[in-house]
Amino acid sequence: MTQTRIIDAAGMRRTVNRLAHEIVEKNKGAEEVAVVGIRTRGEFLARRIARKLEEIEHHPIQVGILDITLYRDDLRGRLDQPRLQSTDILFDVNGKILVLVDDVLFTGRTVRSALNAIMDLGRPKSIQLLVLVDRGHRELPIKADFAGKNVPTSQLQEIKVLMEEVDGEDGVLLIERSPSEESL
Amino acid sequence: MKLSGRHLLGLENMSRDELDLILETAVSFKEVLERPIKKVPPLQGKTIANLFFESSTRTRISFELAERRLSADVISFSQSGSSVSKGETLKDTARNIEAMKIDMVVVRHASAGAAHFLSRVVDANIINAGDGAHEHPTQGLLDMFTLREKHGSLENLRVCVVGDILHSRVARSNIYGLQTMGAKVSVCGPATLIPREIERMGVAVYHRLEDVIPEVDALNVLRVQLERQKRGLFPSLREYHRYFGVTKEKVQKASRPLTIMHPGPINRDVELSADLADSEHSVILQQVTNGVAVRMAVLYLLGTV
Repeated sequence: MTQTRIIDAAGMRRTVNRLAHEIVEKNKGAEEVAVVGIRTRGEFLARRIARKLEEIEHHPIQVGILDITLYRDDLRGRLDQPRLQSTDILFDVNGKILVLVDDVLFTGRTVRSALNAIMDLGRPKSIQLLVLVDRGHRELPIKADFAGKNVPTSQLQEIKVLMEEVDGEDGVLLIERSPSEESL
Repeated sequence: MKLSGRHLLGLENMSRDELDLILETAVSFKEVLERPIKKVPPLQGKTIANLFFESSTRTRISFELAERRLSADVISFSQSGSSVSKGETLKDTARNIEAMKIDMVVVRHASAGAAHFLSRVVDANIINAGDGAHEHPTQGLLDMFTLREKHGSLENLRVCVVGDILHSRVARSNIYGLQTMGAKVSVCGPATLIPREIERMGVAVYHRLEDVIPEVDALNVLRVQLERQKRGLFPSLREYHRYFGVTKEKVQKASRPLTIMHPGPINRDVELSADLADSEHSVILQQVTNGVAVRMAVLYLLGTV
């Protein structure tokens, strides 16, 4: 197994900065924008994006946290049951432009679950997708509106996003497994 | 982390980690119940049968609601109007359920051990919704959830179960569950309604409410089952109320405001005075709300493995 650091702490800061500016550019401001992060790392990324939006636009941005466990399509048949946590969206999503935030975009199934979860909370004006890393291999017709970095990967590779709040440091690692380790 | 068994038959043999998992999961479901759309999809495609061989309104409705909110398909049988009243045995009923490809069974029965029995003869997940005077685990769990919500933690919380302990499955599930979570449980009631061996469960026994009230944080007041009076276990409702009825006047002796719980339905001014049942320290209606969340947690944890 080998690890390559493809984004370091400074790079991550610049990427978050740029993504926040892209949100403002696309939506001509951030008046109706609210940010929703998918647990776990999407939550911290969402908070950083919101803070940056507040700096740029000088008004408060609402942040919510989404737990998608109940909406997963692989809930049954897993050996370990994922721990169910709460969705924490305290504002009304109706009429908002929701920027859905996750760390890595891979098959698209997590985003599909998140979309269903949001629809059960109300009817936002629109939903836009922001990810730090898009690693390809989509299994559903889903595409990011804002992507920090496109990293073409093979199925043997893995992307690991590190965030200060949970991992003690910021960065993105590309992890390479040899074929014999594939089942790990 | 998941539950170690495929069924919920009682709280007696559950570990602290398992009880914790259920209570934590229920917190998430309580949030779901506050949403505009209170339905989530994890049990889509599962069929659940509610078999109530003994009458119950609250528990049955609470289970049905929990099942529907998890998107399961639900069928309910009750004592009257089904083949149960035509003399079919529990085993035959179970076999028929099996033949109908039902995934989970919620069962309430007058005989202790009915849920255990079903778990041995059918393949479905079995949830005990009360078996005789044995256990009523989801009631125990919702009582624990409500106490935890109100007091923050169950560790060292002092809870007294008041009333007919002898015939009460609610009392047993409370004692097992609360003790596992580190609470200090006592019971209070007439000597004729307290099982003789109960002290071996590590429970302090009181025969006077006045003695126990200054010593506890919460009272779980059990319903007086009126049919017990006919068997001579206590003299009259009036006398029961005088000695064991929980009233505002009696709870004023507490060191701080007591939390009042009741599994329902209440006999107002028998085991619990009406003004106390409606007071700010009563969490009786929270218990009902929490019952749905706790049952969703149990169904979800057993049904999605």
